Amino acid sequence: MTALRMDVFRGSHANPLLFCAVLFLIVVLAALSLFIGISNVSPSTLFGSGAEDRAMRVLLISRIPRTAAILLAGSALAIAGLVMQIIVRNRFVEPSTAGTTESASLGFLAVTILAPAWPLMAKMGVSALFALAGTALFLRILRFVPLRDVMLVPLVGIMLGGVIGAITTFFAYRFDLLPSVLAWTMGDFSGVLRGRYELLWIGFAATIMAYIAADRFTVAGMGRDFTTNLGLNYKAVMTLGLVLVSIIASVTLVSVGSIPFLGLIVPNIVSLMVGDNMRITVPWVAALGALFVLICDIVGRLMRYPYEIPIGVVVGVVGSAMFLYLLLRKRGPGA
Amino acid sequence: MITAKSVSKSYGDALVVDDVTITLPARGITSIIGPNGAGKSTLLSMMARLVGMDAGHVTIDGLDVVTTPSEALARRLAILRQDNHMTARLTVHDLVTFGRYPYSRGRPTEEDAVHVARALDYLGLTDLSGRFLDELSGGQRQRAFVAMVLCQDTDYVLLDEPLNNLDMKHAASMMRLWRDACRDFGKTVVIVLHDINFASWYSDHIVAMRQGRICRQGTPDEIIRTDALRDIYDMQIDVREIGGRRVCLFYE
Repeated sequence: MTALRMDVFRGSHANPLLFCAVLFLIVVLAALSLFIGISNVSPSTLFGSGAEDRAMRVLLISRIPRTAAILLAGSALAIAGLVMQIIVRNRFVEPSTAGTTESASLGFLAVTILAPAWPLMAKMGVSALFALAGTALFLRILRFVPLRDVMLVPLVGIMLGGVIGAITTFFAYRFDLLPSVLAWTMGDFSGVLRGRYELLWIGFAATIMAYIAADRFTVAGMGRDFTTNLGLNYKAVMTLGLVLVSIIASVTLVSVGSIPFLGLIVPNIVSLMVGDNMRITVPWVAALGALFVLICDIVGRLMRYPYEIPIGVVVGVVGSAMFLYLLLRKRGPGA
Repeated sequence: MITAKSVSKSYGDALVVDDVTITLPARGITSIIGPNGAGKSTLLSMMARLVGMDAGHVTIDGLDVVTTPSEALARRLAILRQDNHMTARLTVHDLVTFGRYPYSRGRPTEEDAVHVARALDYLGLTDLSGRFLDELSGGQRQRAFVAMVLCQDTDYVLLDEPLNNLDMKHAASMMRLWRDACRDFGKTVVIVLHDINFASWYSDHIVAMRQGRICRQGTPDEIIRTDALRDIYDMQIDVREIGGRRVCLFYE
């Protein structure tokens, strides 16, 4: 059957040329990012003499994993923000303003203390379960917040995150793990090597899942009654969303650390550009998330070359400025 | 035919719907009227499986709304409630297309596209189909949701206070629209209404609720009467006949 799919690119709202331009930019910048660093890696050293295979090793062990990690983490975190905003029906939440990231961090700390010998994958699983529980707690608290004020919701999440973060800090201090916790909270790609980023592919899988379930999420974003009316199980969609967000939050936390604001800014910009139909927005959010982190990473690496500014700092500075803009912009009816 | 048998619902200590048994006639417009807190919206929501019931059961054409798969019900019954917590930026076209979700699960076929185009045309939204919902006026947005419900192509349509936030012109055209939809497509429309004059003018059947119970039901001629309305609303309402229709005067 020739299904008239809800086209990914329809009308003026989703210019396919623009999307192609974004993809092209990502490819160019990703290629560029491969050649930034202290070790001399360039097309000439790679293919020139042939005698020097050191450049190739650096490329394979460090540079390619790093760029891949940037693209995967950037797109997954932006998608996590998008899904989170659908579940909570609030534009100003993302994993770091809903207690999710902090819960994932607490979970990772707990498993590091209690079962240090477990493989990374299992630790990640525990961390994801904590993230799930923390986010569910956030949603439960929201039920008791009488006024569903737009700004109150993220404030509740930030407070909850603060409480959970304090517990984490306390135990980290007691067990001399404060530096590790700090490393998780401060996103950083400089430590990414082959064998230490592959978990992020799970985040990519979650992104694909979000695309597959895009219509269901769009419907759920219109509310419980709307969803039930169309014969969909609202609770099931919410649960799927929660699981995706928790998985993404924990894999990125474990592999590269948390990157603030990303999940807030990118989906909001995409919403302004092409609306909220997730069949259309998921590719945009994923692409722009990757592009945003890629640019911030390149800036962080070049600003004080040969030293590096952690990605968390760069994104934090750029992101807070953009966040302020989004807040102060004339609020539309739905904002 | 929508049948409710011994349906009850309470929120905390408050019994909102109290052992209601009723059969709503098929085809035409049935209005549910009554004072605030009479349980009108709760009853409607239970009929549409949006709210669970504490006791009793509701069937739609013999299908129990609790046990029948939600997706199958969505092809028979549509409900539209006022939701002011609207956040999603969808285009009118996308919204209306979601009306076909129970049939196509997000992969609209050519047949679905025909339904969408027809619904947009029926409501005069064709020119606005590319606009985002938050760029529309209140009346246009309401019409977009109505188009979605029509696209859902159900025999039964339940509407919870559809005239809220509409000015007189839009309110009247909304009621005319449902009256025409009943005539054109043989639908059964159940509407919770506050304005009894709208109920009097457009309904084929009126159900009056009070304190969680059905207090009266019948044709507009049987309900829109001073004595019946006193039972329902506890106030003196003067009823005049103008051009063969009953109009209530309740000012003063």
